[in-house]
Amino acid sequence: MIDKIIPSVASAVQDIGDGSTILVSGFGGAGLPIYLLDALAEQGAKNLTIISNNAGNSGIGIARLIGNGQVKKVVCSFPRQPESGAFDDLYRAGKIELELVPQGTLAERIRAGGAGIGGFYTPTGFGTELAIGKDTRVIDGVNHIFETAIKADYALIKADKGDRWGNLTYHRTGRNFGPIMATAARCTIAQVNQIVELGALDPETIVTPGIFVKRVVLVGGKS
Amino acid sequence: MIDLSKVQKRTTAEIAKRIVQDIPDGAHVNLGIGQPMLICNHLPADKEILMHSENGLLGMGPLAKEHEIDEELVNAGKQPVTMLPGASLCHHADSFVMIRGGHIDICVLGAFQVSVKGDIANWRTGDPKAIPAVGGAMDLALGAKKLFVMMEHLTKSGESKLVKECTYPLTALAAVDCIYTDLATIAVSPEGLVAVDWIDGLSFEELQELSGVPMRKLEK
Repeated sequence: MIDKIIPSVASAVQDIGDGSTILVSGFGGAGLPIYLLDALAEQGAKNLTIISNNAGNSGIGIARLIGNGQVKKVVCSFPRQPESGAFDDLYRAGKIELELVPQGTLAERIRAGGAGIGGFYTPTGFGTELAIGKDTRVIDGVNHIFETAIKADYALIKADKGDRWGNLTYHRTGRNFGPIMATAARCTIAQVNQIVELGALDPETIVTPGIFVKRVVLVGGKS
Repeated sequence: MIDLSKVQKRTTAEIAKRIVQDIPDGAHVNLGIGQPMLICNHLPADKEILMHSENGLLGMGPLAKEHEIDEELVNAGKQPVTMLPGASLCHHADSFVMIRGGHIDICVLGAFQVSVKGDIANWRTGDPKAIPAVGGAMDLALGAKKLFVMMEHLTKSGESKLVKECTYPLTALAAVDCIYTDLATIAVSPEGLVAVDWIDGLSFEELQELSGVPMRKLEK
C-alpha cells in the first residue's frame, strides 16, 4: 500500500538536515508553501541553499528562514521586493550568497534537472553580466550560453488537492514553479488544502503525477 | 538648449495609447512590470488582444476588484488579477516556453537605456547598494517576436536614454524593435534609429538634438 500522507507539517520536514539544498515553489505569495516554511523555521536546519523565484518578504516564509540565519545561499530571479529587508541586510553585509538567474532560465534549469538533462543552451543572457564564465555557442546563427540543470535534496511546494499516491492539482497561478520543482528533488513535500480519496481527481486534470511526490500534508484545517 | 516647458509631453496614458495603436487584433502580448502594465487600461473593445503573464497565465483580465481578489491569482507584479473566459494556466517552464520559444507576439518593457543598435539595459543601474533583480526581463527581451520599450525620453537630469552604447548593465543585445517615449516614437532598424512620430511643438532637429544620437525621419 502506498500512503504518502504525513500527519503534520513538523513531521513532514523533520529529516531536512543542515546544508540541504531546497527548492521552494511560489511567485511572491502565490503558491508559497508557507506552512512547510514555518515548520522548517521551527525545525531549525542551517546552512541551507534556497532555490526560489524570490527571496521572501515581510518576515514570513523564506524571509523568516533568512532572518533566523538558516540560509547561506539564495538562487533566485528577483530578490528585491517590498519589505525584503531580511535578505537585503544580509546581502549588503556580504553574509548571504546570491546566485541571480533569469526567471525563464531558472524554470528551465529546474525542468532539466527533473528530466535528467545535464544542461542546455539558451540565448537568454548572452552578452550580459549573467553570462560571465559560461560556455557559449552559435546555433542557427544565434548566440547561446550554456546553463546547467538544477537538482535539490528537497522541494517544498504548495498544491491545492492531493491524494495518498501524491497526485496533485493546483489553484490558479499558485501553480507556477510547483510542478517542475516536484520533479527535480530527491524528496518532494507538498502542502495541500484538501486531501481527497484515490480516484477522486480526474486523471485528465492531475497536474503533478504522484511519482514525483514523496509526502503530502494537509494544512489549513480542511479535509 | 531646447526649452521643453513650452511643449506638451505625452502623458504615460498617452504613451500607452500610442503603443496600443501598434498592437494588432489577435496579438499575444506580455507587459513588463511598472509602466507597461498600464497599457491594459487602454485596450480597444474592437480588438481581441490576449495578455500573457509570465507566472503562468494566458488570457489575463483586468486587476481584481475587492470582491474578486484571489491571492493565488496574480500578475507579474504580484497584484491580484482576473481571468477572461478562455484563459489558461500553466507551470513556469511552459510559461517561458511561450516567451523564449517565440510564441509571444509583442512584449513591452520599461528601460533605463536603449542603444542605437537596439541593445536594452533595464534591470539594474550597477549601484552597489541596490539589490540586483532580473526577473523575466532577459527572457522576454529576446524571446518575444517584437520588443517595444516604453520609457521617458530623458532622465531626470535631462540626459537622453537613447545612447550609442548602453553604459548600464545590459538586459539583451539587439533586441528592441520600437521605442515609445513622452516625446516620440522611434523604430530601431538595421540602418539605425528612425523617428516615426514626435509631439507637436518639437521639430525633428530638436528631437535629434535632445536624443543625442543619429536618427532619420520615416519616409512617408
